[in-house]
Amino acid sequence: MTTGPTVALFATCFNDTMWPDAPRAVVTLLERLGCRVVFPREQTCCGQMFTNTGYADEAVPLVRRFVDVLGGYDHVVAPSGSCVGSVREQHPWLARRAGDEGLATASEDVGTRVHELSEFLVDVLGVTDVGASFPHRVTYHPTCHSLRMLHVGDKPLRLLREVRGIDLVDLPAATECCGFGGTFAVKNADTSIAMGADKARHVRDTGAEVLVAGDNSCLAHIGGMLRRQRAGVRIMHLAEVLASTEGAR
Amino acid sequence: MTLQTTSHTFLGMPPFPEAARAALANTQQRRNLAHATATIRGKRALVVGEVERWEELRVAGADAKDEALHHLPHYLEQLEENLTARGATVHWARDAEEANRIVVDLVRATGSDEVVKVKSMATQEIELNEALEAAGISAWETDLAELIVQLGHDRPSHILVPAIHRNRAEIREIFLREMGTVGRAAPEDLTSEPARLAEAARLHLREKFLRARVAVSGANFAIADTGTLVVVESEGNGRMCLTLPQTLISVVGVEKVLPTFADLGTMMQLLPRSSTGERMNPYTSMWTGVHEGDGPQDVHVVLLDNGRSAVLEDELGRQALRCIRCSACLNVCPVYERTGGHAYGSVYPGPIGAVLNPQLRGTSSPIDKSLPYASSLCGACFEACPVRIDIPALLVDLRTKVVDEASGRSPEAASMRATAWMFGDHRRLEAAQRASTLAGRLLGGRSLRSIPGLGAWTQARDVPNPPRETFRQWWARTHGDDEEAGS
Amino acid sequence: MSAREEILSRLRTATADIITQPGARGEVPVIGVASPGPEQTLELFAENVADYRASVTRCRPDEVGQAVAAALVRARAHVLLVPDGVDATWVEPLRDSGIRVVRDEGLTADQLDGIDAVVTASRVGIATTGTIVLDHADDQGRRALTLVPDQHVCVIRADQVVHDVPDAVAMLDPVRALTWISGPSATSDIELDRVEGVHGPRTLDVVIVS
Repeated sequence: MTTGPTVALFATCFNDTMWPDAPRAVVTLLERLGCRVVFPREQTCCGQMFTNTGYADEAVPLVRRFVDVLGGYDHVVAPSGSCVGSVREQHPWLARRAGDEGLATASEDVGTRVHELSEFLVDVLGVTDVGASFPHRVTYHPTCHSLRMLHVGDKPLRLLREVRGIDLVDLPAATECCGFGGTFAVKNADTSIAMGADKARHVRDTGAEVLVAGDNSCLAHIGGMLRRQRAGVRIMHLAEVLASTEGAR
Repeated sequence: MTLQTTSHTFLGMPPFPEAARAALANTQQRRNLAHATATIRGKRALVVGEVERWEELRVAGADAKDEALHHLPHYLEQLEENLTARGATVHWARDAEEANRIVVDLVRATGSDEVVKVKSMATQEIELNEALEAAGISAWETDLAELIVQLGHDRPSHILVPAIHRNRAEIREIFLREMGTVGRAAPEDLTSEPARLAEAARLHLREKFLRARVAVSGANFAIADTGTLVVVESEGNGRMCLTLPQTLISVVGVEKVLPTFADLGTMMQLLPRSSTGERMNPYTSMWTGVHEGDGPQDVHVVLLDNGRSAVLEDELGRQALRCIRCSACLNVCPVYERTGGHAYGSVYPGPIGAVLNPQLRGTSSPIDKSLPYASSLCGACFEACPVRIDIPALLVDLRTKVVDEASGRSPEAASMRATAWMFGDHRRLEAAQRASTLAGRLLGGRSLRSIPGLGAWTQARDVPNPPRETFRQWWARTHGDDEEAGS
Repeated sequence: MSAREEILSRLRTATADIITQPGARGEVPVIGVASPGPEQTLELFAENVADYRASVTRCRPDEVGQAVAAALVRARAHVLLVPDGVDATWVEPLRDSGIRVVRDEGLTADQLDGIDAVVTASRVGIATTGTIVLDHADDQGRRALTLVPDQHVCVIRADQVVHDVPDAVAMLDPVRALTWISGPSATSDIELDRVEGVHGPRTLDVVIVS
């Protein structure tokens, strides 16, 4: 039943193309919580990869597209702290750099209505118990942009603690970067791998079956290492755990 | 007397990824760095946590530096006036060469063939020791870590602790091997116990302090409204240099100026806690020109530009000049922790080096082009910075400069343009996705180990298989093509 | 153009976009912790000084001499340097102790190196950081006196201790040479572990008088 607000889902290009389970879980979860979810099809990408690699000019049309396609909604939700961070922190800067003050103002305005999933659930909907059930041993990696750009704090953990059956264990050195960093992962592959190796070791040390985070890009990096090491640890997006009703009665 | 041969210069450094690869293979150094940075991170967190109004202090610190930087000519002239009124002589140096010439001439005028040095980033930056040596003047580094670096014919790898890459056993070896060649030898029964190593340095340097006629220092702060210079230190080597010799020459970057003495109320809280993780560093010396009958009676200050005015020109980039050289950003940086400082190819390593060097030196060399990319943009540096330098934002800005200077001629630029074109319209994205899901269906459950062109990724990481159905394909199938067709 | 003119001109060009005047930020904000009371401030001061492994003695004004003597005996000092302005009663009990008292008659660095200890007053103490600031007035002597000897016995009156750093900065006269001392000489240069005792006095004794 739709009793809650209408939410425009910003799936993000990476999730849309490579990890559709995360945005699908957002749809399942938000609909379960009574929201009306829409998916404006003209959306593509926030441009973060271009921006962070130095291709600001390539990113500007994507800023414009973001404002045009998603600017009309009261709530935009994305299953990626990193993309939300880019929208909020980088879009106005990109627009100003291109000399488009109007676009800068517009993107600042949209930025106030764009939320990472855990922010939206806790701050806008005001829930921490989302009715999920997930009977597994889980550890949570707080991705850098959620933590230090968006300052989501312990919101994801508050949501996870309410999940039925979950065995949530602390990740050692949790706040340290996993080493993904977008094109950093290939431009500085050796350093990226050295960082990822330490993160993967900390994950294995927890004995968790599942590693959870709010960004599939970081998870792809850590998960890629865990899989190469045949560590037997699955990766899951926060949205998937929160949408789960596994083992619920 | 033996001339000390100090650090090799950083000229001709390879780009960061290459230098980092070599550093990452040095397991001893990685262990040393991991241990040292973890220790200092813990100490810093503890003493910063004690200060309830830390965020307010950070804002005040940034404001104080911005006030000075935004009106730098005004405050420098005020500083000069006050210094001169108190008996100091002020010199101005456009670049490293000019600064070195001024210092060499001043030392020569005293007739001394040696100087004792307080650890100073500015003199490292201009390679003053090399210039002094070329003029037949020995420059004795007196900070323990600088001494280790100098005796080891090594390069500094950290702003605060230049020998952070060395452990106690290595330091013992260096002392035993080298001290005797330039002065009092290390005791034969020297152990690797830190207290014994510090004792050896005390004995070795004391004879140099007692006979020194000229000292060279930098300054942590130069106070415009009083003409006071400030040196923050731990060991007392700074006090020795600033107090015992007759002549004192301080090389001070123009960005070191602070508007008023009252600003020290902020800075003396921010710096020690961020730097060594102490409530206060053991010793801070403040002097205002010449103090009659106390300390050096011949006091010189060399105000150094060396690229700083160019950094100041950039509205965003100028905030890097707020840096008070605390090195908190190095200690929290996961990249620095693993690669160490040498890979950054400068006396300014770590996150602040990654922004400062390309700004000070330009982005023409391979190393300076690569430094803005030597970061995962995790933001730990910004969070730790006591004067709120938004290093990740500066790195991204510098990346655009590197890209703009390449004028779009690289294969990377071509592929970025193609990808951006694809994202320019959702129909193009959807077409590209059809190819990806086709691959996903073809691969089935098999995993990808290597993909041509993705070698850097696949050397240690599996590649996720593309899904059989993208999100938007699923949405169209379950929710219909109309965006408004929610449940 | 001289280097001075050229640098100033470059800096003027670089800041041409700035429209504010110097000082537009207003008063420097005073950000510190207010004293919860004189006794708490004093206790915190003593605690933080001791935390740096300086030895701390609290005594009454008429007990300073004994406290100084005790500190010298602990460190086995034989020769004590006393700046001219130091209260004579502080060294009175040393008369028959066998400890030789010397005055600063323009001692050279080498001569100072032969002296075991120095006793001085101080200008201000900071509780939150355990810091003592010397302004090198007559009762503290010139800077070298409290640097070269291996022991520094520093006497501070309770009313000289302020609570936080900005309080101290406000009290100091920047025209004087100033030395801020927080514990004995130390280094963290070997594996970032703190080791006490490098070039400055390796023994710091603080006598708090109230």
